[in-house]
Amino acid sequence: MTHSDGIVKPKTRRSKRFLQSREPKLIENLKNSMIIKGGNTSETLSQALKDVYALKKPNAVLYKKKNMVRPFEDSTALEFFSKKSDCSLFLFGSHNKKRPNNLIFGRMFDFHVLDMFELGIEKFVSLKDVKNDTCPVGTKPMLVFAGELFDTDREHQRLKNVLTDFFCGPRVSAVRLAGLEHVLHFTALEGKIYMRSYRVLLKKSGCRTPRIELEEMGPSFDFVMRRSHMASDDLYRTAHKKPKGVKPKKKKNISHDAFGTRFGRLHMQKQDLNKLQTRKMKGLRKRRGEEPAESASPKTPRIESDV
Amino acid sequence: MASCSIEDVLAKAERDEAEKLRSITVNKELDLEFDPGNLLAFDKNRIDTREFKDSKGEDFLRSLARDNTQLLINEIWKLPTEKVEEVIVAKLPDPTTPLPREKPAPKPKPPTKWEQFAKLKGIQKKKKNNMVWDEVHKEWKRRWGYKRANDDTKEWLIEVPQTADPNEDQFAKRNKAKKERVARNEYNRLKNIARAQKIKVPGTGLAPTAQQSKSELAQAVSIAKKSTASVGKFQENLPKEKTPRNTGKKRKFQPLIGDFSSEKQKQLDLLKIMDSKKPRLDITKAVNKQMREEDKESSQKSKKSFGKKGRKGNMSGKGKGKAGGKGKGPKGKGRKPQMKQGKR
Repeated sequence: MTHSDGIVKPKTRRSKRFLQSREPKLIENLKNSMIIKGGNTSETLSQALKDVYALKKPNAVLYKKKNMVRPFEDSTALEFFSKKSDCSLFLFGSHNKKRPNNLIFGRMFDFHVLDMFELGIEKFVSLKDVKNDTCPVGTKPMLVFAGELFDTDREHQRLKNVLTDFFCGPRVSAVRLAGLEHVLHFTALEGKIYMRSYRVLLKKSGCRTPRIELEEMGPSFDFVMRRSHMASDDLYRTAHKKPKGVKPKKKKNISHDAFGTRFGRLHMQKQDLNKLQTRKMKGLRKRRGEEPAESASPKTPRIESDV
Repeated sequence: MASCSIEDVLAKAERDEAEKLRSITVNKELDLEFDPGNLLAFDKNRIDTREFKDSKGEDFLRSLARDNTQLLINEIWKLPTEKVEEVIVAKLPDPTTPLPREKPAPKPKPPTKWEQFAKLKGIQKKKKNNMVWDEVHKEWKRRWGYKRANDDTKEWLIEVPQTADPNEDQFAKRNKAKKERVARNEYNRLKNIARAQKIKVPGTGLAPTAQQSKSELAQAVSIAKKSTASVGKFQENLPKEKTPRNTGKKRKFQPLIGDFSSEKQKQLDLLKIMDSKKPRLDITKAVNKQMREEDKESSQKSKKSFGKKGRKGNMSGKGKGKAGGKGKGPKGKGRKPQMKQGKR
């Protein structure tokens, strides 16, 4: 598509808008995710995939058919799907005897795999089994990570980044205070990761900030870390490179003092003080008779009054 | 007396404040790291595994989550708020966790030929309005596009200028000029793209490629042959070369008002065929064709074990009927529509 990006022009406005939404931009769109099944899936796994799809509803595609793909060996098929559906996040689920109930969380950069983390589901409670109310689709969830493993271990750090990327919703500039209903809590303990999803109830406390009560909602997973594929350092750095337009330009030469007064510096060119244009005072003009006397003493240019 | 009562009052006020805040304060060893832009909180405190195992895991996790969420909410409530359409909204700062981009940053496109010229001359882009008043039709029409104003190809009357050839078709001339303008515009657009991507484009003829295939070589030979002043008319063939006879128009249609006698003859032939009682289908030919098809199908089926459906299979009756009758029907004019007594 990039090859023929200008050569084949779109014939309708709609297709033009479609292509424009997919091309690289300064400030990017929200990342879409694709949820794919592998060669063999179990009941728990399919239900888990459906639940994650429900969490990520408008920005996710759930593929129903099974695909014989092994992401850790050959990721070209995943890259092809991602290019076709313009999804940069993926969740691949498969089940076999060696790795039962396997989920691979991954993300792409420029339609090539950046990071992949394989997590096995040990315990899973589905949305259907928890009978409490759920919050509306599309609410931006709050994310909480707990456990020093997320700070000390490199793999866990990267996994934290991947999970944030996966579950954080659209980027918003403001949030409705009463609308903070959903929280996803990840705990890393002894090589296992517990993911719980709660509904937040804001109760009255004595002061402005409410007291929180949590109600279990939504799927809960007990993950165990299996394989992982992390991007090389320079690929990771390239992926984080910010284009020039995005950073706000720093205004130089402006400083503030203690009172808040704004100061700026003016840089002048070199001035020839003899030829300076000043206010002409009639009394100071050279008179004919006094010329020789005045020419002896050089006239001091009057600069003090003006500047 | 008064002083200690003031102290008492202050102490009491402090205790009241602490009471109020008690419900929302959480004690933690290490403070959490917050990223309010992403609604993210990170708790680095060590989790006591014994405690986790003693109480049931769920309750422990739930209380931990409650504490952490409380701290995050406290942090979010500290942000500046404003009222948007009767709803209180907290303004979030920029997110601090570095998340990678989806696609690489777009590269700035090099300016086109016109843009370079405009920059050189200092020509500014003027914003034009979409609709133009068309004097002839007395209404507002688009400046360009479908049903545009002042479209000279759509005029019904064109005065032939003094200097022009009286037999020249002025309408065709205008249409041709438009086609040439469109073609030139497209050519320039592609040249701009080639310049932007730094692809070498030849002026005329073929683009250079590393390894040529047989067809590309044949094409190169034919282009070289035609590149003479008389468009290859007097070029001799190479020892084993054959002149290609398929150049020119691929489909030929009879002119509308052509040879009257041949048209009359064709119509009469058609009527004769419609009257005759002879069937239009050559039965033997059709049967042979059908048998060949079936043989092919069965051999294919035996080869492929998945049972791929033969796409050729089910069109047999209609297809053979038409094929059989094609030879007999008059050229160009309608063949008889599909006969009901086709293939049984």
